[in-house]
Amino acid sequence: MRVAEEIREDRTVLSIQEDRIDAHNSGELKSLLLKALEDGAKSVVVDLARVQFIDSSGLGALLSGYKNASLRSIGFALAGLQPRVRSMFELTRLHRVFDIYPSLQLALSA
Amino acid sequence: MCETIVNLDIVVPSQTRYLRLVGAIVQQLAKELEVQEDKRDTLAFHLDLALTEAVANAIQYGAAANARDSIRVCLSLEDAYLSVRVFDHGRGFDLAAVPPPDFDNLCERGRGIFFIRSVMDSVQYRKTDSGNVLEMRKKIA
Repeated sequence: MRVAEEIREDRTVLSIQEDRIDAHNSGELKSLLLKALEDGAKSVVVDLARVQFIDSSGLGALLSGYKNASLRSIGFALAGLQPRVRSMFELTRLHRVFDIYPSLQLALSA
Repeated sequence: MCETIVNLDIVVPSQTRYLRLVGAIVQQLAKELEVQEDKRDTLAFHLDLALTEAVANAIQYGAAANARDSIRVCLSLEDAYLSVRVFDHGRGFDLAAVPPPDFDNLCERGRGIFFIRSVMDSVQYRKTDSGNVLEMRKKIA
């Protein structure tokens, strides 16, 4: 999975460079999120602006990241969800669980 | 009598790297169907989602021990319904016993069948002499 990682405003930003998260790459996403937390991230923002499709395994990978961050009392936010991707969170009520921002810029200024 | 307008038979290796391909095929098929312009993209997304979940399930739970096993997908348009069938050769499962997700439980798994049921009009799973088949139907017109 192609992911661009950078530190901005003291937060670790993981920008997903794929248009699709499914069972083929969700395991890798889960590992990347865990690694960012283990590497000492103070707060994590996952930028999903390029993602047009996500399935149940992709949601599971993000939930894993959220739970691992919560265990460490580390902030975990999602940004830039496309409408169809957001609809998946709404269908499963997960939009009530995650901190979701319309854009990376708004997530960083929060 | 049903008129079969489209009939696609797709066989891919039982590997997740082919999810993108089968998703792209059903998305393209949705764009060729005679549906309202403003509903076409949503239909394409829903069919991709249902097929991706079904094929991923078949790969994970349905494949035989042979790593070179394949997954067969049949797409057929009969009258106003698109039928999507995914065949596997595993032990199968009881679709009726799959519960809806517990929205208060942040479990990382267990939403695939829920998504399929949410976006398709009917879902059936049955065992046949030649294997198992998950059949999903969607009204198109």
